Amino acid sequence: MTTTDSLVDRPATSPAFQPISGGRKTKNLFATVLVTLAFLLALVPLGWLLVTVVVNGFEAITTSTWWSHSLKGVMPDEVNGGVYHAIYGSVIQSLICAIIAVPVGIFTAIYLVEYGRGKLAKTVTFMVDILSGVPSIVAALFIFALWITAFGFPKSALAVSFALVLLMLPVVVRSTEEMLRLVPDQLREASYALGVPKWKTIVRVVLPTAMSGMVTGVMLAIARVMGETAPVLVLVGYSRSINFDAFDGNMASLPLLIMNELMNPEAAGQLRVWGAALTLILLVMLFNLVAALVSRFSAVRSK
Amino acid sequence: MAKRIDIKDVDIYYGKFHAVEGVTVSVPPKNVTAFIGPSGCGKSTVLRTLNRMHEVIPGARVEGQVLLDGEDIYGTNVDPVQVRRTIGMVFQQPNPFPTMSIRDNVVAGLKLAGTRDKKKLDEVAERALRGANLWTEVKDRLNKPGSGLSGGQQQRLCIARAIAVQPDVLLMDEPCSALDPISTLAIEDLIGQLKQDYTIVIVTHNMQQAARVSDQTAFFNLAGVGQPGRLIECNDTEKIFSNPEEKATEDYISGRFG
Repeated sequence: MTTTDSLVDRPATSPAFQPISGGRKTKNLFATVLVTLAFLLALVPLGWLLVTVVVNGFEAITTSTWWSHSLKGVMPDEVNGGVYHAIYGSVIQSLICAIIAVPVGIFTAIYLVEYGRGKLAKTVTFMVDILSGVPSIVAALFIFALWITAFGFPKSALAVSFALVLLMLPVVVRSTEEMLRLVPDQLREASYALGVPKWKTIVRVVLPTAMSGMVTGVMLAIARVMGETAPVLVLVGYSRSINFDAFDGNMASLPLLIMNELMNPEAAGQLRVWGAALTLILLVMLFNLVAALVSRFSAVRSK
Repeated sequence: MAKRIDIKDVDIYYGKFHAVEGVTVSVPPKNVTAFIGPSGCGKSTVLRTLNRMHEVIPGARVEGQVLLDGEDIYGTNVDPVQVRRTIGMVFQQPNPFPTMSIRDNVVAGLKLAGTRDKKKLDEVAERALRGANLWTEVKDRLNKPGSGLSGGQQQRLCIARAIAVQPDVLLMDEPCSALDPISTLAIEDLIGQLKQDYTIVIVTHNMQQAARVSDQTAFFNLAGVGQPGRLIECNDTEKIFSNPEEKATEDYISGRFG
């Protein structure tokens, strides 16, 4: 009888390892395809944007005067001049902002991680959360109302920097806080056990250990505020020539230059828009690159 | 160098939780005292009150007296930083400072206290590393990061770091529990040498280790979960392990519970 034969041929126990079932293979394939597609989809706008900006802006940034001249006396339809004045403006506004926001942000983070207990710390955390949700135009209008309307100071690059501080502060606090929390408590205890006071433990043990990550966070925060447009639109006038004075007068910056040249219907204006956009991307990239280098340089090594 | 510690009727609390109740122990100078007992009985907690390290934890407080050569380390004008400079500590997990070289790790205590003299620091580093039996292994790579050493070497580095500041007492909180038997033996040998100069208190889960390294042993236990831990018996190590006075001690060391 055939049935008895097959029963005899069958092993007494089924093998421990079964081949992967068809259903599982299908599910795995489906999931792999799905995440890969999602990744590619996310990549499309990024790649598209980069290619468009590079293609349209490459001609502008390779002209001989682009990196060294301003647009002073350059006709709207004339392909000439450069964005030196706007690069200077973008960099100086971000730097003034960083000089204020970085120390305040780092000290706030140190307070929150090392000292903060109870109600005050909770309030500070809450405020930082709120600040990180403030739109840039609101920050700009707040500084306008306070600094220019109420205090009567003129529109200036400094006012822009103040608005940028409001945007940068929560980013610095948050990233520094994360990095400080990553430092193991064991290191703090080791330091206390040697008879090192708390403040010195923070300065000499905790901060060096977290330094690399903190630098990255600060650099990324600077790169972020550099492209902010709302504050420069509200708080400073545009200038086609170089102004080194951050405390007074109109000063160009890359986003502001882009906004102004957008209103220029000539081909030369379009060229400058793309060129300035590409310049801004390159500038931010440069900052990220410096951040990566500094963080690698200050990273904790074990060999 | 090498002072005695008298713990007098100490109660320890974490917030409202009564962690340790009524502990009284004397630790003679140049002597190794082992704290043994089941997990959660408060032996590490007692150890951490001996150099006021428990204060790092919010809400922790101590009642009673801890006398170092007759001077209460919980006195009103006593600076905990000074206490910790006098009473050093080695932790369960080796914790060298990752940003510092081997040499800088050893002299970290002096350096952070403001000593700048490079020659003196080099001398201290060598003496401490020799004291911790680590010198021959690391003398050619003193400027390499301390975190590149093996676990046992890192723990000896931490001991070197603790003795570099020349404390009067050395506290060790399960210093060998993260180490293999060979590294453990190295540390135990080291403890035997260190007691020539230091008063040592060691917490250990390993009863053979307590029997091997200590002169006197204190057994801690707790009545139940949520109950405070208390000292059951403190006596010469030999007596504790051969003929303990308390039934609970005998049960514990003979493996009948815990």
